[in-house]
Amino acid sequence: MVMTPEVLTLSEAPWLFTGVMLVKIIVAFVATLLIVAYATYAERKIIGRMQTRMGPNMTGPKGLLQPIADGLKLFFKEDIIPSQAHWFAFILAPMMILAPAFISISVIPFGGDLHFTYDGILYAVPMQITDLNIGVLFIVAMAGLGVYGIVLAGLASNSKYALLGGIRSTAQMISYELAVGLSIVAIFMLSETLSLRGIVAVQQQPLWGLESLSFIPNWYIFCQPLAFCLFVIGSMAEINRTPFDLPEAETELVSGFCTEYSAMKYALFFMAEYANMITVSAIATTLFLGGWGGPFYGWINFLIKVFAFMFFFIWIRATFPRLRYDQLMFLGWKIMLPLALVNIVITGIAILLW
Amino acid sequence: MAANTETMTINMGPQHPSTHGVLQLILELDGEIVVKATPHIGFLHRGIEKLSEHRTYHQTIPLTDRLDYLAPMSNNLGYVLAVEKLLGITDEIPERVQRIRVIMTELTRLKSHLVWLACHALDIGAMTVFLYCFRERECITDIYEKVSGARMTSNYFRVGGLADDLPDGLEGEIRTFAESIPAHVEEYEGLLTGNRIWQKRTIGVGEISAEAAIDIGITGPALRATGVDWDLRRDNPYSGYDDYEFEVPVRKGCDTFDRYRVRLDEMRQSALIIIQALDKLKPGPILADCPKVVLPPKKDVVNNIESLIHHFKIVTEGFKTEPGEIYQSVEAPKGELGFYLIADGSAYPFRMKIRPPSFVNLQGLPQMVEGKLLADVIAVIGTLDIVLGEIDR
Amino acid sequence: MSDQVIVEKLKEKFSSEVLNIVEFRGETTVTVKKEQIVDICTFMRDDFGYNLLCDLCGVDYLGKAPRFMVVYNLYNITTKQRIRIKAPVEEQDANIDTVSTVWGTANWHERECWDLLGIKFNNHPDLRRILMPADWEGHPLRKDYPLQGPDREPYKGRLS
Repeated sequence: MVMTPEVLTLSEAPWLFTGVMLVKIIVAFVATLLIVAYATYAERKIIGRMQTRMGPNMTGPKGLLQPIADGLKLFFKEDIIPSQAHWFAFILAPMMILAPAFISISVIPFGGDLHFTYDGILYAVPMQITDLNIGVLFIVAMAGLGVYGIVLAGLASNSKYALLGGIRSTAQMISYELAVGLSIVAIFMLSETLSLRGIVAVQQQPLWGLESLSFIPNWYIFCQPLAFCLFVIGSMAEINRTPFDLPEAETELVSGFCTEYSAMKYALFFMAEYANMITVSAIATTLFLGGWGGPFYGWINFLIKVFAFMFFFIWIRATFPRLRYDQLMFLGWKIMLPLALVNIVITGIAILLW
Repeated sequence: MAANTETMTINMGPQHPSTHGVLQLILELDGEIVVKATPHIGFLHRGIEKLSEHRTYHQTIPLTDRLDYLAPMSNNLGYVLAVEKLLGITDEIPERVQRIRVIMTELTRLKSHLVWLACHALDIGAMTVFLYCFRERECITDIYEKVSGARMTSNYFRVGGLADDLPDGLEGEIRTFAESIPAHVEEYEGLLTGNRIWQKRTIGVGEISAEAAIDIGITGPALRATGVDWDLRRDNPYSGYDDYEFEVPVRKGCDTFDRYRVRLDEMRQSALIIIQALDKLKPGPILADCPKVVLPPKKDVVNNIESLIHHFKIVTEGFKTEPGEIYQSVEAPKGELGFYLIADGSAYPFRMKIRPPSFVNLQGLPQMVEGKLLADVIAVIGTLDIVLGEIDR
Repeated sequence: MSDQVIVEKLKEKFSSEVLNIVEFRGETTVTVKKEQIVDICTFMRDDFGYNLLCDLCGVDYLGKAPRFMVVYNLYNITTKQRIRIKAPVEEQDANIDTVSTVWGTANWHERECWDLLGIKFNNHPDLRRILMPADWEGHPLRKDYPLQGPDREPYKGRLS
């Protein structure tokens, strides 16, 4: 007898629902943390290889324990709050950066449904912490919240370098959020849903709905290449990665907004940077590369695509110099924003005519 | 409506990742735009000029290593040439010595330019070039170690000759290295020259006209990038430089990008000069035959009573010179490095004035950055190629 | 134009100013009075094309009169010629006019000369100490300034 799986809901099985949710949250959180830790290791190893040097190789086999050693070191360091700093905002800022980075993970689907039987009933549990019907909007909102952390860090430190870093990042993030936000509008126009789960589902149909092309999935990278490019470039700017790492441009602003931070608070900034990198890679995967769809089992596809993106970000860092502030603004407002708007118009016309 | 704006003063350095040592810049910023830049120097002042007045001529050579510590042999060369000119033994220097001096100073030029490119690129954010350049620099430091025993402060040249001959087999090693340089320069160019971000960060940044550059006294690659065709190696040849064929790269852009390209071209030319010098290198003595002022070869010191006496006298009380004053300059990697020596007939220099190229080039900094953005300050500090050891002496 | 011709012309123009001409190892040194140094330098730059002031420094001849000497090493980028001009400066009246209006590069050189030897440059735009700290007392390159610094046992020298 084949049972149709039932969707687990809070009202029907409150305890079971809560338990399953908790497990999902813990798994997703721990996995993200682990990836964050080893993303630092991977970055150092990969860039090391690209730059004809070794990267970490002393702590543990092949240096694999290096992230843990770094974490421990930063954890036990003296936590300094400058006497002229605004202590409350100073402590709040790193948390405000880290929290949105992790929260965004909660709406991303990692894979298809998991099936299990409990009490004789077959349940289907989506591999996603929660499926908001406005998932994309939620992510954009969270990314916007992350700016406050940096601004606050810059202001609260009461240091001129930090202030300059804070100002730079405010301008940078606001202008690039616009371009990023507009670039993904074209996706919603095609998918007609804001739920990330829905968007992945649409991308699993054959390309452009043509059965003859069924060997190619309907990933949005194929029908929205411009939006994809804009999204990736804009995201790099939003997460302050090279060549857009102006807020913490070490050669100009010493360390930018985190100049005055030390110990664990400093570590939180770094974790946030890598967590953001993971989030952005996951969003790009979900929106443009068909999420967890692909040749392997659900979440393995997802991880492969996310890692490919992260590798790309690391590769870019090893290759490019840094832009200047005015050039960054020029690129954001005069090139990317008009292109995103044009893309929306073209998509609209195409939808009308199709 | 007039906006109520205030400028912000920030203190860049002496502890700052990209002021290349202990340079302090007081910047007055209006937003990100530099209104006024005031360099403060002297944090590394060791009084080399004062010290040299209390040391014999030979004892000052190690001090010159510490001027531009990225190009020690060029400083050594400038100083020993000055002393030789003062003694009037310039024509007595054996050919082999001159060839080896050329080889080593051109290697030094490569070494200095590699560090410059590495740091300049790193300042602008291109991290990989930094490590590629240091990979090649490492080979030069190894050669340094083999000839002089030290990797940085070489102290290799002597008045009238060299401390020691080249070790066996080193010629081949230098040749292999020099032949590999053009390919490496291509590699750096591949990463930077065509890169749109690199071009945006350097073209039109830190512009200075030829007239302004001469007025401010800028020399070396920075002057040649403004279209002034002047290189001391070709125009006032010393140490047998008129014997080699090489081009003096000149560009007319006056900006950071052209200074970058001039220096890269210079690296290619240096490699050519090294190969030519190696081709012409013949066995011979490595010290001039002037027993009163030039140290005798070590072999003679242990075998020959006369040489032993000369050695003893030169080492313990130094040699005396005629009273007089001379100015000798060489084309150091950073520009014209001059030594102005006044002798009063004793074993010590009466006065030694060093004309450090970085000191003079740094004067151009305020002119080049005022009205520009903060990020351009970093690019300009990089492009001027300053070394604080030389500025502060 | 050879050095002799240039020196002759200089003598013609400033006959009362030129004190002494020395040639040593192919380098010509002209000693002039300090009063008209700016005019002489302008003349050298404009009429003979010595457009680059390579170096400017002070020398302390302690025990002689005049005690100080300010030395200008000039270079002509077109003809690749060098010449040296010196101007004596008395100890009691240790000042000389600035040439930073003639060559901009003199600015820092003169600051250094003031800092290390205590020769004042009249009309200098920004005469501050440059290598020593702003509150330093004394001028270290003077011959009567102890090598080891003030209030220390005097330096005996490496050989004595």
